[in-house]
Amino acid sequence: MSFAPRKGRDLVTRVPDQVRAPDSPARADVAVIGAGPAGLTAAVTAADTGCAVCVLDLGERPGGQFWRFGPATGDGRFHHEWPAFTALRDRFTAHVAGGRIDYRPGHAVFHIGSPREGELFRVHAVADDRRREHAAVQAAAVVVAAGAYDRQLPVPGWTLPGVMSAGAAQALLKASAVAAGRRVVVAGSGPFLLPVAAGLARAGARVVAVVEAGQPLQYLRHPADIAAAWRKLPEAGGYLARMARHRVPLLTRHAVVAAHGDERLHSVTVARVSPSWERVPGSERTLEADVLAAGYGFVPQIELLAEAGAGLRAAGGEGAFAAVVGADQQTSVPGLFAAGETTGVGGADLARIEGLIAGRAAADAAGRAAGRNAGPLPHDRRAERQRTALHRFATLMERVHAVQPGWTGWPDDDTVVCRCEEVTVGCLRAAIDLGADDVRSVKLLARPGMGWCQGRICGQAVAALTARHAQDRDHAGAAGLQDAGHDAERAVSRPLAQPVPLRVLAELASDDATPDD
Amino acid sequence: MSSGRTYDVVVVGAGIVGSACAYFLARAGLTVAVVERGTVASGTTGAGEGNILLSDKEPGPELELARLSNRLWRELGAELGPAAELEPKGGLVVAAGPEQRKPLDAFAAAQAAAGVQTRRVSADELPELEPHLAAGLAGGVFYPEDMQVQPMMAAALLLRLARDLGADVHPRTEVTGVQTAAGRVSGVRTSHGALAAGQVVNAAGPWAGELAAMAGRRLPVLPRRGFIVVTEPLPVLIRHKVYTADYVANVASGSAGLETSTVIEGTAGGTILIGASRERVGFDRSSSLRVVGLLAGQAMRLFPVLAEARAIRFYRGFRPYCPDHLPVIGADDRLPGLLHACGHEGAGVGLAPATGQLIAQIATGQAPSLPLGPLRPGRFEELASA
Amino acid sequence: MPEEPRPRIDITVDGAAWSVPADCTIAAAFTEHGQVAWRRTRRGARPRGLNCGIGVCFDCLVTVNGMPGIRACLAEARPGDVICTEEGSGFGDQGS
Repeated sequence: MSFAPRKGRDLVTRVPDQVRAPDSPARADVAVIGAGPAGLTAAVTAADTGCAVCVLDLGERPGGQFWRFGPATGDGRFHHEWPAFTALRDRFTAHVAGGRIDYRPGHAVFHIGSPREGELFRVHAVADDRRREHAAVQAAAVVVAAGAYDRQLPVPGWTLPGVMSAGAAQALLKASAVAAGRRVVVAGSGPFLLPVAAGLARAGARVVAVVEAGQPLQYLRHPADIAAAWRKLPEAGGYLARMARHRVPLLTRHAVVAAHGDERLHSVTVARVSPSWERVPGSERTLEADVLAAGYGFVPQIELLAEAGAGLRAAGGEGAFAAVVGADQQTSVPGLFAAGETTGVGGADLARIEGLIAGRAAADAAGRAAGRNAGPLPHDRRAERQRTALHRFATLMERVHAVQPGWTGWPDDDTVVCRCEEVTVGCLRAAIDLGADDVRSVKLLARPGMGWCQGRICGQAVAALTARHAQDRDHAGAAGLQDAGHDAERAVSRPLAQPVPLRVLAELASDDATPDD
Repeated sequence: MSSGRTYDVVVVGAGIVGSACAYFLARAGLTVAVVERGTVASGTTGAGEGNILLSDKEPGPELELARLSNRLWRELGAELGPAAELEPKGGLVVAAGPEQRKPLDAFAAAQAAAGVQTRRVSADELPELEPHLAAGLAGGVFYPEDMQVQPMMAAALLLRLARDLGADVHPRTEVTGVQTAAGRVSGVRTSHGALAAGQVVNAAGPWAGELAAMAGRRLPVLPRRGFIVVTEPLPVLIRHKVYTADYVANVASGSAGLETSTVIEGTAGGTILIGASRERVGFDRSSSLRVVGLLAGQAMRLFPVLAEARAIRFYRGFRPYCPDHLPVIGADDRLPGLLHACGHEGAGVGLAPATGQLIAQIATGQAPSLPLGPLRPGRFEELASA
Repeated sequence: MPEEPRPRIDITVDGAAWSVPADCTIAAAFTEHGQVAWRRTRRGARPRGLNCGIGVCFDCLVTVNGMPGIRACLAEARPGDVICTEEGSGFGDQGS
């Protein structure tokens, strides 16, 4: 070898001007990721016990999605349980003013580094999307309350402007007091459709129809489980009354199976569906609309937890996972807690209870790490009873509104599945023809899930469509289905939970406090 | 699955090397079964960048293998079609400073003498080739024959061609043993039954040592972990494969510790792939933000325009590494019927067609296109007993 | 929609002067202005705008004051913001 061997590190030691020396990471007892109902409650609870808490949130204001607001909606006009939020926010603000809570809005957390024995968690974020600086926090305990996002099902035309998730229409109202459009069809499955429709109607939009694929009357078969969430009945009643007032029809066992338009949406096709969501031929009709707000339940955001090694469970459909937690909301990683939709979709009341329990447990863990606490953490029996009751209702909700496999017959070969990379159903089938039989192998060949969103939006659809078409093709893959579970979890592993400028990654590496984790 | 049928050859592994072997064996008229415990490209190939390089090959057996393979890739390109994304983009090796310039020139001169096309690039000429390169570099060497391919698609397409030629493919099937009878290979045992065959090709990538052990043979193939950082989609900023001159030294290094160098290229989809790191940490799949950060910093220093480009993911792969940095291609020296096609380190994609052709020649008793001595599996035992 | 007039701010979108509600997201500003798409995809040059609304899907990307790839559904419009719609990757002027 005629080269003088040159260690790679020589090139690396010259730090260029544009990579600044990193600030030392901020320190806290407890780091909370997410400032929605679960995160805020966890943060305030931990701060109440005397802990130093750091809250990192993607949004510019506290509240998450459930209590998302802006100056034009700060009176809670489009919100639910607003007094509960203002009370919680006041406690939060007091702690921020008092220095106990270090509040970081506009922070996109991209990695949680797991500590070795006796070390601290390192939370890394990109701060302020307009500047994209590196921010790091070290903490003895971490609570991830990262929430969930709408599940969308790909149908022909769903990528047209004007087609959005139900949550997007809700966010426009709550945060900006803007109605998404003039004629809106709200579609999908789940109780969330009602407040979306009611809010739009209140804001002056014409809600053409609410199209529910499931059959909510199924709730009535489980009176004990509903009893646990009795307070929801007047809430639901309120939405239905508003819809009646605005003459918004509710169609059950129907689905939007296609969206139409050229450069933007102008109409949708609604069809009757069977209990397994197969479309009923001949039942189609067209509704004119400039907005389709669609959501089929929610998918928990678990990427940070998965990457940190926390155990997951399948939750609410193919390709969706939730964090597994114990009675104290701790994941399988000691010191790492999860609360709210991240542990399974269950609504804001459940999120607050879980946040309460997680905040207390995380504070206790941090105290132990600092040698402060001794003895077992006392149970909050009342909170745990409430949690159990709300879990029962959440499980019932999941069952009544579970995504049924017949939807995989709605898209055709030209339907885009991966929005980021514009990968169609036809491309997926070509990959399956070439031998792919699970999400991972389909990703390698057809590249769905390789774009900015890293498969969040399309992952569940790719899983369901792959299962259907691989089965159709009678793949030997059927024998390997026990592998599919492990592969499915690998498929959601995301070492970077948010896009990170190379400059920020470089800065991270030049910080000696970043070990090989 | 035990169909009672006896194949001429069973190929273990459907990565790029196994798929290439299956294709050339089937093309040579042999009956072939491919056994893969995942699906095509589930292993190292799934983490590959798709390098088809002459630029980093030292004159000698490795370079000859690479030249043969480069020619075969060009022939295969038409058969595989545009889905394989075979791009004759050329490679640019950059010398950061004068202390790298001289050894690079000497290396390139030796390669040129061995028949590789090279073009010396002065510091002033660098911007013509790559307008976004940092200022102040000493110059480089351009290798017009370097190419890039989409490795998973290429493997899948090769495997399909093999199937079209009569090969049977058994995915999700794990080899649990190598069967012998009367001192020869007679087949493999798998999780779905036995397959009888007169020859078995070990194309098991970083697990080739484990497969060899099943046959009672020893092959010192070890995993060498590497990370690749992937950026968001960008316009065409980088036209060729670009890497720094210390890359070759790192590949050749015997160190188990972390070696990093700068390797950058664009893809047809618009993302930019950033490597390269090498560590011997077994099959440790955990993420290393520190290594990723080092790679990001190096990339920025070479192409300052990338500072604000965002990484959207990174992933790791395990290169199959042999202590003398040469692949293992040839008949096992003790067990007749066992052929090895492994140990390609980071050059598996580039060297796959040549490997496949040689394996097919060995399996059919034809004269091999290249002298096989330096690549023979028996060389490690000779070293050990020397 | 609130009945009282909201305060408004001035921003620039693709060189044109717009008056938009203060403190609303950039996606809401576009929507209120009647524009539902502000991006074209790389492959098919298809129009995209608001999709998930909470920062998960990256469909709504827009360039703000020179910084590309900003999620319009999360970023609030500020007075004087210079906003450019994006084609393809959003780094258009740096390509070669």
